[in-house]
Amino acid sequence: MRLVSQEENQPDSMSISISETKRNAMRRSFVRHWPLYAIIALPTAFLIVFSYWPMLGVQIAFRNYSPVRGIWNSSWIGLQEFHSFFSSPYFWPLVKNTLTLSVYYIVVSIPCAVILAVALNEVRNERFKKVVQMFTYAPYFISTVILVGMMQIILSPTSGPLALLFHELGRSNPPNILASANGFSSIYVWSGIWQETGYGAVIYLAALAGVNPELYEAARIDGASRLQKIRYIDLPGISPTMIILLILSVGGLLSVGFEKVFLLQNNLNLSTSEIISTYVYKTGLINADFSFAAAIGLFNSLVGLILISIVNFAARKVSDNSLF
Amino acid sequence: MYKAATIRESGQDRIFLLCVYIFLSIILVLVFYPLLYILSSSLSSAAAVQGGKVWLWPVDPTLDGYIGVFKYNEVWTGFLNSFIYTVSGTVLSVSLTIMMAYPLSRKEMFGRSVWIWAILIAMLFNGGLIPFYLVVKDLGMLNTRSAIIVPTALNVFSVIVAKTFFQTSMPKELYEAAQLDGCGDFRFLTRIVLPLSTPILAVLVLWSAVGQWNAYFNALIYLNSRTMYPLQLVLREILVENQISFTNMSSIDPNKLVLMQNMETLLKYSLIVITTIPILVIYPFVQKHFVKGVFVGSVKE
Repeated sequence: MRLVSQEENQPDSMSISISETKRNAMRRSFVRHWPLYAIIALPTAFLIVFSYWPMLGVQIAFRNYSPVRGIWNSSWIGLQEFHSFFSSPYFWPLVKNTLTLSVYYIVVSIPCAVILAVALNEVRNERFKKVVQMFTYAPYFISTVILVGMMQIILSPTSGPLALLFHELGRSNPPNILASANGFSSIYVWSGIWQETGYGAVIYLAALAGVNPELYEAARIDGASRLQKIRYIDLPGISPTMIILLILSVGGLLSVGFEKVFLLQNNLNLSTSEIISTYVYKTGLINADFSFAAAIGLFNSLVGLILISIVNFAARKVSDNSLF
Repeated sequence: MYKAATIRESGQDRIFLLCVYIFLSIILVLVFYPLLYILSSSLSSAAAVQGGKVWLWPVDPTLDGYIGVFKYNEVWTGFLNSFIYTVSGTVLSVSLTIMMAYPLSRKEMFGRSVWIWAILIAMLFNGGLIPFYLVVKDLGMLNTRSAIIVPTALNVFSVIVAKTFFQTSMPKELYEAAQLDGCGDFRFLTRIVLPLSTPILAVLVLWSAVGQWNAYFNALIYLNSRTMYPLQLVLREILVENQISFTNMSSIDPNKLVLMQNMETLLKYSLIVITTIPILVIYPFVQKHFVKGVFVGSVKE
């Protein structure tokens, strides 16, 4: 499985003078297929303005940005903002919180989605399968704001199902989970599991549907049990998909669900809930310290890029599957 | 196909299958319970909800919460704004995605690899929040509706998925045949490719519409004026920050104060139900295309 096809890299072995052939091909393509270039012009403009222009804008991380002088005329200050971030007392807690949330989520979410997909794949009763799929998939459509609102209602220590459960068990004081620093990572991760596992499973189910049915027939004839079938056919069958999704999630390792963390944050859990992206928002847009925030943001993007490259390289070496 | 009859399920397999059914039933309950609880509470009386009497079905059924929502003007403005952002944002986003993905799926297109690398780089690396904000600011979009729709309209991941879909499901023979009949690139796209691409169009519409309907952060940073707030930002104030303002009910009468507090509780539950419905309504229509669209679009062998 590759997101990018390889065919454009095929060498033009027949041509004697490549540049000549290429130039002709280009001219012919422009003349004959000008509509294609006309169609792609507008989205290309969007790509340039909203992806590449901000990339040029990262230079403010190395400048002393002043709104009056603008990005291009503010004076250079080199790595000063990076130094002050690395040496600030926030640096390690921010990195630690960010990594804790994202690694915890990746480690739990991929197996959960795989288990759900494999279990659904075993079900022969189509109606039951549809019902389970529909309901596990539905929370994906609930907005983050609603999700956090629901969590506040359900986990409320005074009313709601959690308080009710504690009351039934004869314990009067349910913990205020949303206001505790220790519970934050679990709250973040398991609410995400509730919301996204059904959606994740859809992709694995599709991958399972693509497994060659002859493998199952052969396994049946050889007397394989259902568990053995899962172990030796299903899991290898979906491992390429797992690897791609793993690489993608590792790439997003440092940009964890900002929107949900931001909504779940309060003064009582800040010691474990402040992550790099929420800190960038606060220093940059609330305190208007643009250069400092841009430096932190750039650090975040760069580390993410390095991580995704490493995992991609490792996956290609080990399993022959990679994103790029 | 009489293999199934000749090889019978072993006892071990049947136990395993039973475990699978039990496991899935537990999952079903765990996912469904919070939704049912919110729905039941929204239909119960405020006293029953606060007294912890509701745990499964509605107690003392009433529609007070829903009536309260209808009286809350900010919610209506939010609904309308979200509707505008969702429809226009989806039209723009899906159009841009198709306009970029289709040419890139065609071998005749010169310099495809340059574009694809540009897209990949944009997917893997970005300038971050601050430079992006400054671009939006430089374009004079701050505190305008376009800030919610335009900057995030082109989603590079969707482009890659759509491109792969076109590549795998539109054989080049189709184009060659159309070309022989005198059909150009424009006409081929609008008359042949798009009508044949419902699965991927459904997926793109779903991704974009759900994303736009549920988004709050762009509105939070780009908008000042409350009249432009999307629904989710209004909801954030009510549900997460517990700020409810009954501007049309301001009174110091203690009886009314209690009533208002009860109202606040009910209002939250009803709001959750009402605002989730629009998304849940489109979901069954799109779902049947979904698996096919995502699968064909993301997997290439």
